[in-house]
Amino acid sequence: MTASGPPIRLLPRLDETNSFFWTAGEEGELKFLRCGECGKLFHPPAPLCAYCLSRSVAPSTVSGRARIHSFTVNHQQWVPGSDPYVIALVTIAEQEDIRLTTNLVGCDASDVHIGMEVEVTFEAHDDVWLPLFRPSATSL
Amino acid sequence: MSRPERLERRAVISGIGQSQVGRRIGRGELDLTLEACLAAVADAGLTRDDIDGLSTYPGAGFGPGGFAGPPSPEVQDALRLRLNWHDGGIEGPGQLRAIFSACLAVAAGLARHVLVYRTVTEATAQGSGGRQGIGGGGGGSRGVPRFSGFMQWTLPFGAVSAANWIAQIAQLRVHRFGLTREQLAQIALNGRRNAALNERAIYREPLTLEDYLGARMVSTPLCLYDCDAPCDGSTAVVVSHADYAKDAPRPACHVNAIGTALRGRPSWDQFDDMTTFSARDAAASMWERTEFRPQDVDVAELYDGFSILTMVWLEELGFCAKGESGKFVEGGKRIALDGELPLNTGGGQLSAGRLHGFGLLHEACLQLRGEGEARQVPGAPQVAAVAAGGGPIAGCMLLTRGPGS
Repeated sequence: MTASGPPIRLLPRLDETNSFFWTAGEEGELKFLRCGECGKLFHPPAPLCAYCLSRSVAPSTVSGRARIHSFTVNHQQWVPGSDPYVIALVTIAEQEDIRLTTNLVGCDASDVHIGMEVEVTFEAHDDVWLPLFRPSATSL
Repeated sequence: MSRPERLERRAVISGIGQSQVGRRIGRGELDLTLEACLAAVADAGLTRDDIDGLSTYPGAGFGPGGFAGPPSPEVQDALRLRLNWHDGGIEGPGQLRAIFSACLAVAAGLARHVLVYRTVTEATAQGSGGRQGIGGGGGGSRGVPRFSGFMQWTLPFGAVSAANWIAQIAQLRVHRFGLTREQLAQIALNGRRNAALNERAIYREPLTLEDYLGARMVSTPLCLYDCDAPCDGSTAVVVSHADYAKDAPRPACHVNAIGTALRGRPSWDQFDDMTTFSARDAAASMWERTEFRPQDVDVAELYDGFSILTMVWLEELGFCAKGESGKFVEGGKRIALDGELPLNTGGGQLSAGRLHGFGLLHEACLQLRGEGEARQVPGAPQVAAVAAGGGPIAGCMLLTRGPGS
């Protein structure tokens, strides 16, 4: 069975700190804050760079490529009658200490494995673009 | 520079108490709490007039229904306690943070006898609907609130429960260390064997490996029997200054060391080592504060909100090498009541009920006092390890019968 997400999407509350992240998918881009001083990415968004404490930080687009660090197939019926779905923790290609909890979609749940290369795809809900991941086209 | 004094050693657990414990027993949280508190105070040889400190985890209104228990002001007022020190809250090194705070309060002379409680009524609150996820179990539509803080990073993806977050610890351990379901099963099977000897346990009928392997999945690789049993019940202890130990009617359990560190990121998905999370830090900081070594521990009560967390604690507390907990528990003999490391002797949360760390603490005290009845660990255990929490929430402690080293 091809995996999709959970039956119902709970959504983030957008604010001045996080809205760039949750809306970047409108342009098909995945963004994180990058430090203008030391160049490092950090997540979740915060007012200053976690590495060098610089306040010179701004959203920066990354490739959208990532690797599965761990995952689980949820079977519990949090919503009655729902199908299993894959929750994955992915590490982005640019910096391995940045992870996202996400859903793996577009492949059979039984094919998911740790280390699998994946790429971002977005699912829009109201004013939010959720970054989901699917098997990387180049790794298939 | 001289080593700072380990102030927690000025504290003892002078009394313990527990309310009725069960599934959907339908009693109020304050009712259960007062039953446990009065039992603990009497067990310590005290009256409520002697209690001058109060602490709880997690305090008012946190989490889904039945999780939090009554806030400390309600308990204080119901018992008309006159307090010199009081405390309650969820931020800190796990469920045991309320105990740690109480130890430091008596050591600092802020109070002499601190009543500490943890109450859950999750079984009644969940009713017949089963366990809820955070945020209403993923239910939602227009008009449903949105989420900020940590929850915004997990709930949109249906990662609505600690079961989902912790399952990924287990999956990583399957991948890295070759952990098998048969090995993981030993935590549940051991708990059930011990629960059969514990009249207060919730699930006491035999559980076989076949039952375990045939159970429905909750969140792979965790199945139903890897998840603890929501229950109603309250546990209370009295933390007293150690100089009260000689006057206490029951053997006091001395606090030897507490483990409180959180050196990685306080996050369920950004912590550096997801095979350990902060059990690594809590355990390391505890061993830095004691002359005891893992091989000195006679009984271990290690948090089993999910079975995999017990495996993590076994390794991080040094009872076996990193990645070796699967082999360590294989066959179940080592962790049995007559094994080299008797584990979760009352049945743990998997079989005795999700008393959220405090049930394990209560059981450790019973064992050190020699009151384990049919499940008493042989040979008069002198040193107990208690650990609670999982993910970025973790605390642990060593208790001794007698003042220790």
